[in-house]
Amino acid sequence: MTIVYWLTYGMLGGGALLALVRLGLGPSLLDRVVATDTLLVIIAAGLAVHAGLARDPTLVPVLVVVSLLAFVGSVLVARYIGGMLLRSADDGQDVGLPEAAEERAARASEGER
Amino acid sequence: MSALQTLGDVVAVAFLLLGALLCLTAGIGLLRFPDVLTRMHAGTKPQVLGVLLIMVGGAIRLQGWSATWMLLLVAVFQMLTAPVSAHMVSRVAYRRRHVRRDRLLVDEQHTAGQDRLYRGDEPADAPPEEPATALAERVRENREDGTR
Repeated sequence: MTIVYWLTYGMLGGGALLALVRLGLGPSLLDRVVATDTLLVIIAAGLAVHAGLARDPTLVPVLVVVSLLAFVGSVLVARYIGGMLLRSADDGQDVGLPEAAEERAARASEGER
Repeated sequence: MSALQTLGDVVAVAFLLLGALLCLTAGIGLLRFPDVLTRMHAGTKPQVLGVLLIMVGGAIRLQGWSATWMLLLVAVFQMLTAPVSAHMVSRVAYRRRHVRRDRLLVDEQHTAGQDRLYRGDEPADAPPEEPATALAERVRENREDGTR
């Protein structure tokens, strides 16, 4: 049983840590939104794993709240950027959003060649 | 009775382990994939299958109806909300050019460019739809649908 504890929490922690790295690296806001979404799901999974392994149902209502929170957060950010894009003629640079990170990276790699 | 319980425990622990493994894959995929859409593809693995497996495992271990119903609620809620948020995020990602367009096989939004025809997912304070361009867009789309 100890091995099961170590394995599950190790895998959950590794996944959460990698999601955190992506959250820090970016490069764009939407990458961070996707990473936060995944991180919250992993947290919910960790709570459920704890509830299951320890036979402790007190944490189960927290699960409902966390899964609600993940949905509301990502939809909120998507709608916020979508609202800015609606006033823009192109991809949002003319209303104050920065240049898309993927395009910047592509141009940088072309310049190196 | 005790043999049945042991079997249930083994199945539940196997489900929990599989779900945790999916969470780890999601982290690796998030770190290694090149753009927003592919990262979202990796991140959605634990959102649906992983959460379902862990909820089933937890429900088997907890053995109480109130906990089971709440875990079922979480699973159903995940399956309802994951496609909605993925749709909204990927749509914005495409418009903001966070997608590697050279890697797309099918690119149905490419000709559309600016959204002139509102489809119901714009904010309440959006500028009003221009009737003439919206009508032209609708006629063009209908014609394209007819030829397809």
